[in-house]
Amino acid sequence: MSLLQALLNGIALAAVYSLLAMGFVIIYKSMQVLSFAQPALMLFGGWWVVYFATTVSLNFYLAVLIAVVIAAATGLVIERVFLRPMVGKPVFAVAIMTIGLDLSIRVFAGNFYDVSPRSTGDPWGLNTFVFFGRLVINHRRVAAIVVAVAVLLGLLAFFRYSRMGLAMRAAAFDQEVALIQGVSVAAVFAISWALASVLATLASLFINPDLGSLAPTNYVLALKALPVVVIGGLDSIGGALVAALLVGIAEALTGTYQSHLTPYVGQNFSQVVPYLVMFVVLLVRPYGLFGTREVERV
Amino acid sequence: MLALKNVEVVYHDVILVLRGISLQVPDGAIVALLGANGAGKTTTLRAISGILDVQNGKMTKGEVTLDGQRIDHLSASKIVKLGVSQALEGRRVLAELTVEENLRLGAHTNRRRLGENMDRVYGLFPDLKQRPKFIAGYLSGGQQQMLAIGRALMSAPRYLLLDEPSLGLAPMLVQEIRDIIVEINRQGTGVLLVEQNAGMALTVSSHGYILETGKMVMDKASAELLKDEDVREFYLGLHSGGDQIRSFAEVKQYRRKKRWLS
Ligand SMILES: Nc1ncnc2c1ncn2[C@@H]1O[C@H](COP(=O)(O)OP(=O)(O)OP(=O)(O)O)[C@@H](O)[C@H]1O
Ligand SMILES: [Mg+2]
Repeated sequence: MSLLQALLNGIALAAVYSLLAMGFVIIYKSMQVLSFAQPALMLFGGWWVVYFATTVSLNFYLAVLIAVVIAAATGLVIERVFLRPMVGKPVFAVAIMTIGLDLSIRVFAGNFYDVSPRSTGDPWGLNTFVFFGRLVINHRRVAAIVVAVAVLLGLLAFFRYSRMGLAMRAAAFDQEVALIQGVSVAAVFAISWALASVLATLASLFINPDLGSLAPTNYVLALKALPVVVIGGLDSIGGALVAALLVGIAEALTGTYQSHLTPYVGQNFSQVVPYLVMFVVLLVRPYGLFGTREVERV
Repeated sequence: MLALKNVEVVYHDVILVLRGISLQVPDGAIVALLGANGAGKTTTLRAISGILDVQNGKMTKGEVTLDGQRIDHLSASKIVKLGVSQALEGRRVLAELTVEENLRLGAHTNRRRLGENMDRVYGLFPDLKQRPKFIAGYLSGGQQQMLAIGRALMSAPRYLLLDEPSLGLAPMLVQEIRDIIVEINRQGTGVLLVEQNAGMALTVSSHGYILETGKMVMDKASAELLKDEDVREFYLGLHSGGDQIRSFAEVKQYRRKKRWLS
């Protein structure tokens, strides 16, 4: 496989990581909470896609739409029921709380999946585009890139031009100022969780880019968004994107070349690459590539 | 009329900061609230705006009313919608955002009149009008204070609460802020002006209150306060004695002592 091919796969991987990572960052920025529940939210939202697209046999895009609505509502409920009472509690306690949430949601969602992977029912199948006779990319990866770019542009426009987006930026910067100008900070928190939950659901469509399937064990793949946000610097959306590209490409390159170069470390070494990159970045810049210096770490 | 009656505020359930204060801002008036550091001026404004809970504070007694209706149980956002807006102490502009974005945030509760209110604010602050895309953090201190006041005006409030707008500004700028307060008031907005600069505050306001460690110790027409010897000594820095005087109560005591001695 060529270098270009590895890069292309890396970018597709980065698209998935960025969808998950942006959710982390949005929650972190608005309430200074590092949410460990994102992978579980991905499984949860993805399960509704599976359910509506395959069990109910709806049109795939309609199934995604319904799943997104359910995911948004779930985000709102989770914030209201579990996070709101924790406002003002130590950052550490809240982070642990999200781990608990993660476990519960996974147990809950896991019951529906059984153990075997389920098809998400997407229309992309095994179709591929071929460039220059050698460069192959399947439709699902193209879709991942298109969705990630569209979501990113949409979020940028939302934060820049909309009333609520501006309110969220203000609340991230100075909560008391946002309050005094009439922003409901509770609404800001709730919308952050809804957004993160929707982003995680979209990521679920592409988490297995070769197969378009979903299984409870895919949790591990989604967890790699965590090193991505840490590398990017927790509170920077731009940083999360750069880090997603860095990690995605590093992982794809390792996947392509490592088994020939260092066969003795095994087949799936690429899976630990995100954590290695995180380790190296943190050694050099403890607050991430683009993070605010005084950001608290959990 | 915006009014406080016997308001008591406690922080962290134990620190009693306001000990039953009352105050009134009539429609369209400018009222000054004076007091030394830590007297509880900012706390008073927090109680009115409904943002005590962010600081772990609570109103334990008394009431805040707007035209006779209690507003002390309402959310900060409702209070802004009812027409009470505040420019916080220390400017607090959103440094990474542009001038225009700061102002748009001020219009959060009143988007329909955004253009109209923006024009009004730009009319009051031509300096801001010239640089809508400028990053607020790079503005001068005076311009930042103007942006903070402008932002608070973007909700077209009936009552504007200003927390030490002259803080850290050169005398020329203090004069400018003073003129702007007069103009804002002339356009029909009532102002509750918290200041340590008593000279400035008492010359724009019609009525003044003096707060000391959580209690109102004086409440008079501003013109009278300006003439009051105790106020002149302590707040206008016109006292001639050699002793270091730390509080208004001490001024009184000191004067009493002086009278007794002479
Ligand atoms: N968040 C808080 N938690 C605990 N105590 C507080 C808090 N905010 C203020 N205080 C205390 O309440 C008292 C009154 O403070 P406040 O800020 O209202 O005074 P102020 O009159 O505005 O003073 P300054 O002129 O310095 O701004 C002070 O003793 C202060 O230490
Ligand atoms: Mg103060």
